[in-house]
Amino acid sequence: MRDVGYLRVGDTAEALTAAARPGARLIAGGTELVNLLKERIEQPDLLVDISRLPLTDITVGPDGLHLGALARMSDVAAHPEVRSGYPAIAQALELSASPQLRNMATMGGNLMQRTRCPYFRADHDLPCNKRRPGSGCSAIDGDHRAAAIFGASESCVATHPSDLAVALVALDAQVRTTARTLPARDLHRLPGDQPHRDTVLDHGEMILGIDVPVSPPSAYLKVRERGSYEFALVSVAVAAETSGGVIRTARAALGGVAPKPWPLDVDLAGVPLRRDELRAAIAPAFAAARPLPGSEFKIELAQRAVVRALTKPIGLMGET
Amino acid sequence: MTARTRVDGWAKVTGAARYAADHRLDNLAHAVLVTSTVPAGRIAELDVTEAERAPGALAVITHRNAPRLSPAGDFYVQTVLPLQDDLIRYEGEPVAVVVADRLERAGEAAALVRVTYETAPATVELDDALPDAYRLGAYFEPITSSVGDVAAGLERADVVVERTYTTAARHHSTMEPSATLAEWRDGMLTLYDATQGVFNVRDAVCAALDLPADRVRVIAEYVGGGFGCKGFVWPHQLIAPMAARTVGGAVKLVLTRAQTFTSHGYQPPTRQTVTLGAARDGRLTAIRHTSVNSTSTYADHLEMAAICSRAMYACPAIETDHLLAPVSTVLPTPMRAPSDGPGMVALESAMDELAYELDIDPVELRLRNYAERDPTKGRPFSSKALRACYAEGARRFGWADRPMRPGALRDGNDLVGWGMASATMATFAAPASARVSIDADGRVLVEAGSQEIGTGTRTVLCQLAAEALGCPPERVTIRLGDTTLPPTGMTAGSSTTMSVGSAVQLAARSLRTKLASMALAEGDAPAELARLDGDALVVEGAPRTPLRELIGDDPVGAEASWSPSTADVSMHTFGAVFAEVRIDADLCLPRVSRLVGVYSAGRIVNPLTARSQMIGGMTWGIGQALLERSPVDRRLGRFVNKNLAGYLVPVNADVPELDASFVDEHDEHAGTVGGRGIGELGAVGVGPAIANAVFHATGTRIRGLPIAPETLLRGDGDGRD
Amino acid sequence: MRVRLRVNGAERQVDVEPRVTLLDALREVIGLTGTKKGCDRGECGACTVHVNGRRIDACMTLAVMHEGDEITTIEGLDHPVQRAFLEHDAFQCGFCTPGQLMSAAACLAEGHTGSDAEIREWMSGNTCRCAAYPHIVAAVREVAGRA
Repeated sequence: MRDVGYLRVGDTAEALTAAARPGARLIAGGTELVNLLKERIEQPDLLVDISRLPLTDITVGPDGLHLGALARMSDVAAHPEVRSGYPAIAQALELSASPQLRNMATMGGNLMQRTRCPYFRADHDLPCNKRRPGSGCSAIDGDHRAAAIFGASESCVATHPSDLAVALVALDAQVRTTARTLPARDLHRLPGDQPHRDTVLDHGEMILGIDVPVSPPSAYLKVRERGSYEFALVSVAVAAETSGGVIRTARAALGGVAPKPWPLDVDLAGVPLRRDELRAAIAPAFAAARPLPGSEFKIELAQRAVVRALTKPIGLMGET
Repeated sequence: MTARTRVDGWAKVTGAARYAADHRLDNLAHAVLVTSTVPAGRIAELDVTEAERAPGALAVITHRNAPRLSPAGDFYVQTVLPLQDDLIRYEGEPVAVVVADRLERAGEAAALVRVTYETAPATVELDDALPDAYRLGAYFEPITSSVGDVAAGLERADVVVERTYTTAARHHSTMEPSATLAEWRDGMLTLYDATQGVFNVRDAVCAALDLPADRVRVIAEYVGGGFGCKGFVWPHQLIAPMAARTVGGAVKLVLTRAQTFTSHGYQPPTRQTVTLGAARDGRLTAIRHTSVNSTSTYADHLEMAAICSRAMYACPAIETDHLLAPVSTVLPTPMRAPSDGPGMVALESAMDELAYELDIDPVELRLRNYAERDPTKGRPFSSKALRACYAEGARRFGWADRPMRPGALRDGNDLVGWGMASATMATFAAPASARVSIDADGRVLVEAGSQEIGTGTRTVLCQLAAEALGCPPERVTIRLGDTTLPPTGMTAGSSTTMSVGSAVQLAARSLRTKLASMALAEGDAPAELARLDGDALVVEGAPRTPLRELIGDDPVGAEASWSPSTADVSMHTFGAVFAEVRIDADLCLPRVSRLVGVYSAGRIVNPLTARSQMIGGMTWGIGQALLERSPVDRRLGRFVNKNLAGYLVPVNADVPELDASFVDEHDEHAGTVGGRGIGELGAVGVGPAIANAVFHATGTRIRGLPIAPETLLRGDGDGRD
Repeated sequence: MRVRLRVNGAERQVDVEPRVTLLDALREVIGLTGTKKGCDRGECGACTVHVNGRRIDACMTLAVMHEGDEITTIEGLDHPVQRAFLEHDAFQCGFCTPGQLMSAAACLAEGHTGSDAEIREWMSGNTCRCAAYPHIVAAVREVAGRA
């Protein structure tokens, strides 16, 4: 790891000033940035430690849920009202990483995670346009089992790893930064020919919090090979109101299938909660899938996961 | 014997146990390896100027300035000596080592070593290397075997099953990355090493650095898991002393987790074809089992996958053969469980396929082919209670209720399957010696060079010594892991309890004889006459004598050696494994919900630590069946996932309650202990039992481990084969 | 940079570069080698310590970020789960054990012990290649009072 400057800031204004400096990077939980520093994927000159800023609030009100950018994953997941009112968020968090990492990692940092593509994360600098623009993509002709089936480009097929982000998109959350408020679904960007840029945020811009509107019943389903402590092969978050076995409103987003949380843009209102009908209703959203040979299975797996999440109550969830 | 908690357990639960990298030495410098980023070719440019100028840098050693090494002997199976030339043979080969005053500075300086390569074409995938496959001349067992007439046996068969099975490249992934601390002081070299064989390391280092054996001491007080990767000697174990000699002091070299994927061997992928011929009644008429595994381009590692077929079933005609296919990776090496581990995946899957061809219950099929003698060698087994394993395992599992038809056990959304497989492991033993001494206060010290890698060696040796001496185990202290102690083999091949245990028992017996003789003042009084009672000796026919009176102030000891005899028996451990899997019908994720293993291994010295060995091995089998695969990238010539987020080992949530037990047995051929080794046995048979259970659940036959959800998704559990 | 830590109840002033992880500061600077480095990437849990009463992976945080923090390592742990590990043989090689124990003590304090499945899940951040998992579950279960 290259040596680096360190500044602990006492308030948001100080953080903003410091973060605006060229070569500055914000650090909070550390669970992502410290890894990127060790792999020399990121080599900032200055670490701006925002971990002691008072942005750890978890507030549930009539207008919804408000999460401070520095609220820890474990605290949000354990919050009784998050568990009862926003189970997809609690489940997405509790199915992430490990108890230790969830005690460290923050809401903002979770959204700023970078891809787990093994070529990006390699122990040395392999051809990877996300890691070194213009160097090529090793995954397209290499091991791309984990690759995206939506939204990829010729320069990058990596997926976004956050579970939380998928739940936030399904719950139509907003992300508040020091510069703006934007829908969670617009935070991450598609790679195009600039895959090194994961989000739309500018240098020095800092996430302050997340606002989630009051949510219908929701759930998060994570498909992974290992029983725990693994990133998703595919995942799905759903938030749906149903009555008499028929969907009134539903919103869903997929994880592990795209460079960003992938909203399932189909209208499910009026669809009965039966496998065949659901399967037919979501099928159009998968027509746009462009898998690589090794990731083709995700098309089928993701559709099954969506149907499953809508038909079978999971964990904390009540009626779907 | 009785279950006992570990004598070194308290050190392990308090953080006091010192592993190689935990030793604190004066002026300890840190070494970091720089490794090649291409799989083949040569170093084109090498620029160390920036690294040498980096803060804290003490030395940068490359092939240009490294001391010349001599061939490092038989335990250095790698053969290629590190930092001696500009050739690159595999991705991850050391090209430099950087020494600095602090760890973070050494890491940074290592990153500043600039290397460019002239790359050469490289083959890294087993399938791509098959055209170049070759047959080795000799190994620890013959490469090929043939009894009877397999062609005739297949001709005569009512049913023939011929199938090809594959197992994946896997990595040992010990929790402790290999680490070597090397200290030069007053012309002596001391190594604190993470090794399964201190004497191997000493011999290799002495040979490579041209040092006499009495100037090198290797210490391994605690080792954080081995599973094979710390058995032979690898480049970093020569590089650390080289670096220490260069800076004239103490150097600590710890592999990064990524480097553990390339700095020592791995379990090579195998491709095996099994042909079984059987009569309608299930009796085998012929077995042919051939295997090919990846090896490196520069040295040979043979995975003797087909040896299990030489001994497992009674059959008049058996042929086996092994080939090697060279790839540009580091040399593979044994991994729990070598040979039989991958081999039984093929044989036991094929037996399950045969059971379905014949419509005979899988356990019954195995009983009909039960081998009372080694069918290839024609010898009796030293001891074998496999029939009892099948019966007890079936009983514990409830096998009798199993419907034969696949897909019959659905439970809600879960496809449920029950599968079974046999387990077997060839038994190894090695010459060993030990010293047992006692002081005037009745405190016993047992000394042997052998290592504690987690198998419970200290505890078991303590029990065996106490038993042989007739004293409480609490009075016995064990010293291990040091080349200044009596020599033993490496902690590998499940050989330690039988080998070192027998040496300890012989030494203890000899000490008892010595004490009895002293008490009776006659030469060679029988050991049975003497019994220890605290700090006194009670001898039949003599008054109770305080030890201090008998031996004075200095301890008295005895040393003994044990060697495996070449008795005319075949020695194997056996077991029967029964697995239940549940597969989410939508998501195609197989999970093991029950696992029963019943084993035949002779006497079990410590049921508590033995159970740990078995459940550990069984969990390795879960990893083999469902999780562990290390793909290689054909163009970059490297393992794709060199970390524990990408290379998946089982976590707690993957493992249900495991039912592991032993058949009561004593093997009179298994040293003086009466027990065969169990460290690897548990990892055999679980993989195929799970694969067979997946077939039973889904009707989809999986012939390549691990089982990926996408494979099941394609099969779709609808009974298609 | 100088940073002041409270480690196992004792005040420690350490002088480290900002890039030094809490794990390396504990092991290489302070000399508390009970905490282990298994992967250095947050993928195994061998480096688990408690910071201000919560379990974390010490390899994933920088020492300078812990000014004034209360840190407990295995050397400072005195908890019944240690004896339970010994009695249930909840380890073999022992290398992951300090991390398992720090995690187990936290798991118990958090109350994630309602069932074996819950213990398994909440102990899954600590890999054990010897795979003593069922015995780890048994030890935690016993201390939780459900033996």
